[in-house]
Amino acid sequence: MSDIHKVFQRQKAQKAGALIGYVTGGDPAPRFTPAIAEALIKGGVDILELGVPFSDPIADGPTIQAATVRALKAGTTPKMVLELAGEIKRRHGVPIVLLTYFNPVFRMGIENFFCLAKNAGVDGVVVPDLPIEEAIDYREAAKRFGVDTIFLAAPSTSNERLSKIVECTSGFLYLVSQFGVTGTREALEDSTVQLIERVLPYTAGRVPLAVGFGVSKPEHVRQLIQSGADGVIVGSAFVNIINNHEVDINRMVEALEKFARKLKDATKQSG
Amino acid sequence: MKKLSSYPIDGKYGKYGGRFVPEILMAAINELDEAYAEAKQDPSFSKELAYYLSEYAGRPTPLYYAENLTRKLGGAKIYLKREDLAHGGAHKINNTLGQALLAKRMGKKRVIAETGAGQHGVATAIACAALGLKAEVYMGVEDMQRQRLNVFRMKLLGAEVHPVESGSKTLKDAINEALRDWATNVESTYYLIGSVVGPHPYPMIVRDFQSVIGTELKTQFLKKEKRLPDALVACVGGGSNAIGTFYPFEDDNNVKLYGVEAAGEGIGSGKHAASLGAGAEGVFHGMLTYVLQNSDGQIQNTHSISAGLDYPGVGPEHSFLKALQRAEYVTATDKEAVDAFCTLSREEGIIPALESAHALAFAMKLARKMKQEDAIVVTLSGRGDKDVGVVADFLGVKI
Repeated sequence: MSDIHKVFQRQKAQKAGALIGYVTGGDPAPRFTPAIAEALIKGGVDILELGVPFSDPIADGPTIQAATVRALKAGTTPKMVLELAGEIKRRHGVPIVLLTYFNPVFRMGIENFFCLAKNAGVDGVVVPDLPIEEAIDYREAAKRFGVDTIFLAAPSTSNERLSKIVECTSGFLYLVSQFGVTGTREALEDSTVQLIERVLPYTAGRVPLAVGFGVSKPEHVRQLIQSGADGVIVGSAFVNIINNHEVDINRMVEALEKFARKLKDATKQSG
Repeated sequence: MKKLSSYPIDGKYGKYGGRFVPEILMAAINELDEAYAEAKQDPSFSKELAYYLSEYAGRPTPLYYAENLTRKLGGAKIYLKREDLAHGGAHKINNTLGQALLAKRMGKKRVIAETGAGQHGVATAIACAALGLKAEVYMGVEDMQRQRLNVFRMKLLGAEVHPVESGSKTLKDAINEALRDWATNVESTYYLIGSVVGPHPYPMIVRDFQSVIGTELKTQFLKKEKRLPDALVACVGGGSNAIGTFYPFEDDNNVKLYGVEAAGEGIGSGKHAASLGAGAEGVFHGMLTYVLQNSDGQIQNTHSISAGLDYPGVGPEHSFLKALQRAEYVTATDKEAVDAFCTLSREEGIIPALESAHALAFAMKLARKMKQEDAIVVTLSGRGDKDVGVVADFLGVKI
């Protein structure tokens, strides 16, 4: 069992869900990423998801698009994000998931990418534009280096595909809560709860289920964990805080930590 | 080796192509694949498409022997496949009519599209108006400023135009935004892509609809010359008019195929759009293909005087033809294209689109090197009325 999987088990034993916090590596500049990561982890994030900024992020809404632009403007490269991941891992020891579009991986060479990721201490990788059909070499390399392959499932995924995706997945299954792209939303849709109910029989006993896209408030988190999700992924809501406090790093990390704590509390079922 | 015309196999042209898209779109892409396979087998679909192509779009377009130009160059005979005479002024209508009919057949009422210069947006608006569908077109704000007339044209035709503010605010970002819209509204919406790019089955569908160009010209040329041409020349941005021209000839190995990319201010200047000529293999907009990118895999901005060639990727079938050396990919600069634009206008009374002028520029060089009994067919993908202002600016003429 991988370290990521173990986090979910530990949380479950404590009657809580896992909180996965996303920020774009190098946003607003690479030198701030370690402090931002520390704030999230201090606040209670169980798994840190670090984004590799890519010029054409088709699965992301305006918030993360803007983060990508800031990170790229600050000169962030995929290798820098890998180095930042290594630095954070050494200091805090929490599992780290890398989110990257496929072209930077392809360009680096799949084998080389996983070698560097493993050396940096990366535990799992999410590639939003790599469906299972195109992931044969990728999965093979990930397996060889002992890195989890986190695939996505969506509301449009058929049951037949779902079981194939679960077979390819390790670490956790990333369930896209609703149609659309990443970004904060006011309320969760009722269909999300039904979606979790449909997916749970496929993941139960195999791989933890985490829900992302639009998850941005403690109420959302509580609702999702109560519906049976093993974890939640929050991204744009953290990125918004970074965006709002770009000029004042101290207030930024304070706000990030505070918000992470609220979200973490909401994952606890007794609370 | 299988016949080239039998590709794609499992969605791939050799190693190129594929479907690198978010999981949320996979169901829609599979649905499209099945719907298209069914439509292809259905004689009533081909009959309806044939009806619109002839009665509405004005096909077949002529294959014209450019005698004045041929005489001036003193080499091989030059024929022009006159896609500029199709309704809308370009080959784009072949694809938009086909896909709009497919959208209708699939019961989708809302059609979205991306556009760079506006030609595909206009062609989508035309097809949707004719077939009673609602068209919404994504267009970068940079392009909207450069192509105000086409923005108004689309609106006249009943389409809604969504300005795209993200990234470089041009064609690639319009495609990104269309993909995001599709991921949000996938159940109700048909994404009508404008070139032989994107995830499978799009490169195949667009090729099939555009191959009416090559099929017609093959018959027309056989009738005139009782043989096949020696060379075909077409411009390549995404590459739809070129694939449409080449596809029916891919297995005719004696016919040379030339794709002409935009060299902009010159390949050395870095300001160009030659994905095949100066790019590297990458994964972009759902396909594995040649892409203009930096060493980190970030997609680069492109430049060409012709907005229709201004795209950092290229259709995967072109990457395949390049790898097999079945087609040769060459370039023409902004200046060479403008020269060819002026030459054809003067010699033949035909103002070509700046895109097509790239193909002409190369064909003129090629003709001089070939024998007088040889023959070249150049696909004149569109008319140049839209480019008159740009050319005047380039030449420093005030109008």
